[in-house]
Amino acid sequence: MHVSFEQWLTEIANYVFAALAIPTLVGAWMVVTSTNIVRAVLYLVVTLAGSAALFIMLGAEFVGWTVVLVYIGAVIILFLIGIMITRAPLGSHEELSHPATVKIPAALLSIVLFTVVAWAVADAFGGLAIPPDVGATRTGQLAEVIFQRFVIPFEVVSLVLLSALVGGIALARKDEPEEPA
Amino acid sequence: MNFWLLLLVEVVVILVVMLVGALVTIYAELKISAHMQSRIGPYYAGGKWGWAQPAADGLKFMQKEDLVPAAADHTVFRLAPYIVIMSALAVWVVIPFGPDLVVRDLDLGVFFVLAVSSLSTLGVLMAGWASANKYSLLGGLRAAAQLIAYELPLLLAVVAVVVQAGTMSLNGIVAAQAQTWFTVGGIEISAPFLLKGQIIGFVIFMVAAVAELSRIPFDMPIAESELTMGYLTEYSGIRFTMFFLGEYASMVAISAIAATMYLGGYWVPGLPESTLNAVGPFVLLAKVAFLVFLLIWFRWTWPRLREDQLQDLAWRWLIPLGLLNIVLAGIFKVVL
Repeated sequence: MHVSFEQWLTEIANYVFAALAIPTLVGAWMVVTSTNIVRAVLYLVVTLAGSAALFIMLGAEFVGWTVVLVYIGAVIILFLIGIMITRAPLGSHEELSHPATVKIPAALLSIVLFTVVAWAVADAFGGLAIPPDVGATRTGQLAEVIFQRFVIPFEVVSLVLLSALVGGIALARKDEPEEPA
Repeated sequence: MNFWLLLLVEVVVILVVMLVGALVTIYAELKISAHMQSRIGPYYAGGKWGWAQPAADGLKFMQKEDLVPAAADHTVFRLAPYIVIMSALAVWVVIPFGPDLVVRDLDLGVFFVLAVSSLSTLGVLMAGWASANKYSLLGGLRAAAQLIAYELPLLLAVVAVVVQAGTMSLNGIVAAQAQTWFTVGGIEISAPFLLKGQIIGFVIFMVAAVAELSRIPFDMPIAESELTMGYLTEYSGIRFTMFFLGEYASMVAISAIAATMYLGGYWVPGLPESTLNAVGPFVLLAKVAFLVFLLIWFRWTWPRLREDQLQDLAWRWLIPLGLLNIVLAGIFKVVL
């Protein structure tokens, strides 16, 4: 499905999309260029909030609010606690700005990754249009899909999380000093 | 009605409800604390009933200079109160005041509530870090650890209600409580979830709610005697007022959620469906007032917990109890 730029401009949803997508992209850019670690995390919040908003715009309300609850409400908070409990410098920090020998390969890698993902998504879903009045997905339908059709992948993923947890505890715990024989 | 006009009306009504609710709660807190601890200001300020005490407090806060410490991260410091107050405001979107008196009856309901209220932790951490003050940072860290620890029991308590009601929509939860439970001699009896086996859930929810609000006995993040005011130390004037209003607004909001989930919300036995849109808001407000009174009562009669006791209570008592409660709710649902 090809849409000309004039057509694109006539649709109000596209303006909403732009209003959400541009801050998301700017936030993502600032995450990697910011020279203060706490600020970088806060820019990540902008990016995550933007992607949550995009999900909600597509009618995937549950996914959108899960991003808010899990990523902003828990993962980011843990990032921040981890940073602040060790050191939380204010102002810009030299060690966060890298020389060109690091920057250029990183930029190249990002561009390649972006192209591959964008191409794959466009190739798979490029011809599909989202029906305009589909509304929000009911959570019940989502639950039926997850817990009936995809129940085995779902449980396998939870096993991965469990082993990550056990591994984390095993790495972090202090061993009792051995009793001298 | 026009969509945008309706939206404007809804926003204004919610703002008024939130601000008036916060002010009334502040006044109630002053009066009740005065009676419990013989604080004389709220008896006399302004003559009758000490009505001028909250106004005097408010004016005092407003006229203070809006200070930003020189070493602080200015942008983050200024932004933090907005995040906190935003998360307190957003909860009101899904609270039903009557069968049709709700801004948006989201299918996600309580899930939305948990998601947006978790944002206040972010605001608190931002405030603690950006203040460039050790007390602030420690207070922010304590607050974050506490909010994360008590979000889990809160979530588990909510899950049990969701299992019992079979829906996450708050309107649906109220409807599930209004349904006939059983009939005795032709009289249909229906009961709120508190009486339908959710007593443990209600206790967990209220304890976790007090902790989420960082109120005594869970006020270690702003413990005056150890951390001056924790993450609020560097805030003054209008920004401090915003945190303050946000705290009381979320107190009212969390009571409204508890009232909706456990006490039947706008519904009251015996009233026909058709009158609920008119009477419902007052029924809900009466229940909210009762729960807010409970929260205030806790605050002025209990001493502060220690930091390790706090974590102990969450991880070793409330979370296992919450899991047990879900199992019980599941058995209830299948057997009955």
